[in-house]
Amino acid sequence: MQEALEALGLAGRLIVSMDGDVLEIVALSLQVSLTAVAVSCLIGLPLGALLAMTRFRGRNVLIVLNNALMGLPPVVVGLAIYLAISRAGPFGVFGLLYTPTAMIIAQTVLVLPIVTALARQTIEDLNAEYDDYLRSLGLGIGGRLRTLLWDGRTGLITAAIAGMGRAIAEVGAVIIVGGNIDHVTRVMTTAIALETSKGELALAMALGIILMAISLALNAATHALRGDAMRRMYA
Amino acid sequence: MLDPADEAPLLELRGLTYTATTATLLDDVSAALPATGVTAIIGANGAGKTTLLRLLAGLLTPTAGEIDWSLAGSARRTAMVFQRPVILRRSVDANIRHAIAPLGLNEAEAARRVDEALAVCRLDHLRTAPARRLSGGEQQRLALARALARKPDVLLLDEPCASLDPQSTAAIEAIVRQAAAASTAVVLVTHDIAQAQRLAAWVMFLDAGRLIEHSRAGAFFAGPQTAEARDYLAGRLPPIAPGDEGS
Ligand SMILES: Nc1ncnc2c1ncn2[C@@H]1O[C@H](COP(=O)(O)OP(=O)(O)OP(=O)(O)O)[C@@H](O)[C@H]1O
Ligand SMILES: [Mg+2]
Repeated sequence: MQEALEALGLAGRLIVSMDGDVLEIVALSLQVSLTAVAVSCLIGLPLGALLAMTRFRGRNVLIVLNNALMGLPPVVVGLAIYLAISRAGPFGVFGLLYTPTAMIIAQTVLVLPIVTALARQTIEDLNAEYDDYLRSLGLGIGGRLRTLLWDGRTGLITAAIAGMGRAIAEVGAVIIVGGNIDHVTRVMTTAIALETSKGELALAMALGIILMAISLALNAATHALRGDAMRRMYA
Repeated sequence: MLDPADEAPLLELRGLTYTATTATLLDDVSAALPATGVTAIIGANGAGKTTLLRLLAGLLTPTAGEIDWSLAGSARRTAMVFQRPVILRRSVDANIRHAIAPLGLNEAEAARRVDEALAVCRLDHLRTAPARRLSGGEQQRLALARALARKPDVLLLDEPCASLDPQSTAAIEAIVRQAAAASTAVVLVTHDIAQAQRLAAWVMFLDAGRLIEHSRAGAFFAGPQTAEARDYLAGRLPPIAPGDEGS
């Protein structure tokens, strides 16, 4: 108990003094996860929207597959990507193992299915409402897609935030492909896991507090966004 | 029956038929539509009025028959105001901008059309309001404003005054009359017989997917040719078929 309280005090000091190591770890976490979310949105938002707007053979298979991918255990994703990018693997020549790029790839694999599934749900409802009108304007699939993505923005930003929540809190995949190398691939979650096991509670707690704050901020942002959309009846 | 084609027809329906999986919603409709003036489509609920408009708007593909636009030359821009207006999650003026975006107008012309449509539909004061916060009647006026801004050759209106107060109805009738007098063919679905009398030059009466009367409005309202139309105008239920009479 005494030890924990002391660590908490130290953790508080680390945060308040904006400790260099802490800042570096937080910055890398944000960089990796934001990049993974950005890539996931770039692919997942149009993909989800197209799945919502079109009917083709195999569409249901794709949807079920994507939903299954949403539940992938991060360690399994980490292992699969490890095998793919390790020196002996098919992508070994790129030398990606234990780099931030490898971590971005791992988190993208975890986040993309979530963004795609949530985008599909949002756009499917909206398309049911809009389709006749948009077609009556003579809009092709591109024009309809753009309209739906913009008018579904509240749901889509919520999807991106949900993806960010999963990415930033994930540890299993990044620890395998990143390796928690100091100053290179050490992010909040991997640092917490390993510092705790080493008995370095202060740094672990400081990072834990920051991680929770980020989580809370993401939730608050979602809530505020919804509230604003409701007020304008754009939700 | 006079031939509507007498007054410069814009398009011709030939044997137009639409069959959904289970039922024939529109059955062998042939008619010519004049290039200007209002044609009212009337008929009971479920008669196929909306189906006909959706075919004209190109939202449905006919199962048989065709819509011949060749008389219209290259111009064949339609605008449809739906029975339940679809309002985009944007401001009022952004809704109008979006509707004319596919026309590729220059900025000055686009801005002019937005201003004009807002003024004509008396929505000036709501220009920047979130469109979905508008009242039902205001939303219907916005739907009309969007359609007018497109300056269509054919304006398809599916009960555009269904939820409007008398003042707004009068305003919309004035707008429709003005558009029809210019160079727009207006096809108006309405259950408001008085409105059809006020606006229409021609009447198409649909019954169970068939076009059973197509005549000048004056003649139609003075003396409908079919028993179905007479019953509809009088608000009577159709006669009970023999055998259905029960005990
Ligand atoms: N996809 C469909 N499959 C089967 N029946 C349909 C389908 N779509 C519409 N219908 C039916 O077709 C009929 C004609 O519909 P339509 O919407 O054209 O009627 P309407 O004349 O516009 O009626 P209202 O005055 O109530 O608006 C209705 O009985 C409707 O239930
Ligand atoms: Mg209808």
